[in-house]
Amino acid sequence: MNPHPKRELLAAGALAFLFLFLMPALNAWAPENSLLHVSNFTINVWGKYLAYGILAISVDLLWGFTGLLSLGQSLFFALGGYMLGMHLMLMIGKLGQYKSDLPDFLVFLGHTFLPAFWRPFSSFAFAALMVLAVPAVIGKVFGFLAFRSRIKGVYFSILTQALTYGASLMFFRNDMLMGGNNGFTDFKTLLGADVRSAGTQRTLYIVTGVALLCIYFGCRWLTRTKFGLIQRAIRDSETRVLFSGYAAANYKLFVFVVSAMIAAVGGALYVTQVGIINPSEMTPDKSLEAVVWVAVGGRGTLAGPILGAIVVNALKSWATRAIPDLWLILLGGTFLLIVLFLPGGLVSIPSQLRRLLGRRPKAEEPSTEGPAPISKASVS
Amino acid sequence: MPLFKAPRLLLPLLVCLFHLLTQRPSLAAPALQTIAKAVLLEDKTDEQVALLETMEPDPDVAKFLNLWKEGGIFLWERPDQTKVAVVLAEQKDAEDKQAATLLETGKPLLAADGKPLRLLASDLTAAETDSTLRETMKAILDLAGLASSEANVRLQSVETLGMEQNPARLPLLLKRAEKETDPKVLRALKEAVALTQLKDESPDTRVLGCRMLGELGSIRAQDVLQALAKESDGAVQRAALGALTKITLHIQAANTFGTLFRGLSLGSVLLVAALGLAVTFGLMGIINMAHGEMIAVGAYTTYVVQCVFGPGLQVSPFGLAMSLPGMRTTGWLYDCYFLLAIPLSFLTAALAGILLERTVIRFLYRRPLESLLATWGVSLVLQQLFRLTFGANNVQVSSPSWLSGSWTISDVDFGWNRLFVISFAVAIVQGVFLLLSRTPLGLLIRAVMQNRAMASCMGVRTTRVNMFTFGLGSGLAGLAGAFLSQIGNVGPSLGQSYIVDAFMTVVVGGVGSLFGTIFSAVGIGMTDQVLQQVLGNPVLGKILVLAAIILFLQWRPAGLFVTRSRSLDN
Repeated sequence: MNPHPKRELLAAGALAFLFLFLMPALNAWAPENSLLHVSNFTINVWGKYLAYGILAISVDLLWGFTGLLSLGQSLFFALGGYMLGMHLMLMIGKLGQYKSDLPDFLVFLGHTFLPAFWRPFSSFAFAALMVLAVPAVIGKVFGFLAFRSRIKGVYFSILTQALTYGASLMFFRNDMLMGGNNGFTDFKTLLGADVRSAGTQRTLYIVTGVALLCIYFGCRWLTRTKFGLIQRAIRDSETRVLFSGYAAANYKLFVFVVSAMIAAVGGALYVTQVGIINPSEMTPDKSLEAVVWVAVGGRGTLAGPILGAIVVNALKSWATRAIPDLWLILLGGTFLLIVLFLPGGLVSIPSQLRRLLGRRPKAEEPSTEGPAPISKASVS
Repeated sequence: MPLFKAPRLLLPLLVCLFHLLTQRPSLAAPALQTIAKAVLLEDKTDEQVALLETMEPDPDVAKFLNLWKEGGIFLWERPDQTKVAVVLAEQKDAEDKQAATLLETGKPLLAADGKPLRLLASDLTAAETDSTLRETMKAILDLAGLASSEANVRLQSVETLGMEQNPARLPLLLKRAEKETDPKVLRALKEAVALTQLKDESPDTRVLGCRMLGELGSIRAQDVLQALAKESDGAVQRAALGALTKITLHIQAANTFGTLFRGLSLGSVLLVAALGLAVTFGLMGIINMAHGEMIAVGAYTTYVVQCVFGPGLQVSPFGLAMSLPGMRTTGWLYDCYFLLAIPLSFLTAALAGILLERTVIRFLYRRPLESLLATWGVSLVLQQLFRLTFGANNVQVSSPSWLSGSWTISDVDFGWNRLFVISFAVAIVQGVFLLLSRTPLGLLIRAVMQNRAMASCMGVRTTRVNMFTFGLGSGLAGLAGAFLSQIGNVGPSLGQSYIVDAFMTVVVGGVGSLFGTIFSAVGIGMTDQVLQQVLGNPVLGKILVLAAIILFLQWRPAGLFVTRSRSLDN
């Protein structure tokens, strides 16, 4: 992808050092009121951004690399969060409002014993497994059905949107026994440590960062294999891939399941740091928001989505405080302009500038120019 | 006792005679005297009851009995220690005093000097009633209701009398049934008669009552019949059970028809909401995520028109205070606002659509996925604009009187607004069909949508046609908004609640096929309502419909009606 793999590694290493070592170190050891001190709040916010970065990569793996605009990624993200959330709910134990072993909302709904599907979640290992397994299974079933009948392009988007919408409706219901409207919150301990303490939050931040790094390199490897080539071929012309004898549906299904799992990991890490998960995280709008991050950062690249997630969310943090009334207009407007005039996103700005200045980059693969047309207009 | 009864019977006869001789309004005078007399009896409930029972129930009597019940009749002590019953006028003067009239004569109460007397309500004692007396009054009131000139009042009193099952009322009900012309009241009368017959001593009459109730499919008689079936045996029990079966069947039929009607009306709502999308998405291939906001534009236009007909409107988007003067119309003129709102909402939304097409969408004809994203951005902006202009809360859109009512035909409710939506859906589908198939513009639209490049080569100005087509689709969304404002809430996120459904409808119907959209809208509407009925849970029903749609697309990936072409990438 990148014409300078060494430079990329160097940049990744520098960033990893900055974010994974320097920031937590300054948070832990720099004196409170010195200029260098990084506050707990900053660590927490950046942990959230990094978790969003993971979600953005999962969107990009589908949309940027395979041409599948999935509006179901928020579902997988929230599912991952819910799975770990179940464990965290059980870990509250008798510290809840009702001083019961059951999660508060179950007591509130009049339950006297734990429903069977909740029981195994008292084990962290099981919950962690479920974080990956549940989204994977749902992704596999849905993807199998969708790709088997060759649903693609905008139809795939609309269908995943419907899936997410239906799931959020389901999680809003109280008799789903997943907390209904309010979802899960008020977590106390994770693996014996106090979730809200600065030390745990710092650790979680580092874990999120490491996970993001691993996922980044994992996807970097995946997209550079022959598999990645076919992936991009599917994006550019699925029919030709089919005629060349590849079972495009299987490739798509694999990517779909992998990205569902990635999104779920992001969701699980997100929940531990934000401390709440509810069905509003699951709505199709959240998926679209993640798509915005990718579009802003630059799709078809792996650094783009992370950059986009951080930039857009930092902008959001600022705008919702400074100009709350105009935030949505700003978001919608930015997105509109980027789609219209900067299809390659922020990461394409340097190459565009270079072109403007008349200095063409030496070796250039088509994909760095921004994505090729994903599918022809389905008008006829 | 009989000795005492005779004069009591005489009085009503006289009253009747009086009724016949003199027409209203003086006819109530003897009745009023009776009431006044009864009021003055104060604590002697037995005598009061006896006196009241002699009265011929008529609407005027009802009026004063109601007044009595509500504590509106007062006792006033004359200077000579005798008491009289008085009624106070509604208006109070500066000292809170009210003009008083004598109940007996209906004439103003005069002081010793011949001037009208004004009294303070708190100085008087209201005529009291106890439970026995109130029951008697209620019986008279119900009977009075039978003679009322308003069908609704008659209906209500017939229903109450029926549930009383008092055999003594039977002759009265039968007499009324002979005169009754209103079909609803007549049916209720039959039901009441049959219900009363159930308490009859002779088993034959009871059987007759059961049969009648069964034939009428009387839902309210279910409990009574069940009780009867338990108590009795033989022919009566069989008849009661038979009637119960018939009633159950009737309920099922009514539920089924009700569900079908609601399904049809929901289908029409979906159709109206999706028809615009069928044009922009189906024909043009644009994924307009702002379609829902176009619906909201139509709904808000209706709101603005309503405000202009009513009290006017003040909005302040971005701190700019703007106000529209209101015409403050009332009555039928106010009801006409909706007729003006329909074309206006079409126009506003069409203009908004054309603006959107010119500024954003025309750059994205070759990139459908990106049109989805860009229009989502537009939808966010529009939603926030609505919020800033009209506030984050829902606005009140009141239905014109000719849309807020319903017909009930054999226990199935047909709401006028729902009937209107159905007929409206039929009308605009017809309109769109004619536009596309019979007009030059329709021909151009179809040509451009089938093959933009070829049409362009033939000299069609495709950019213009694109603009008009998108305007048409958006305008249809605006129309949908005008109608949805009549059956749901109007708020900034109005569009969001319809957008997923609308896309589903178009996809299931088969993109590019207007007929497909019609079939799928009605199909989805029906399925949704039937599932709701069966599961008894709207949300679960909705989830199942979404699942059913995903499975349906397994069977027919391109929807119900496939537009075939030789293009590979289609």
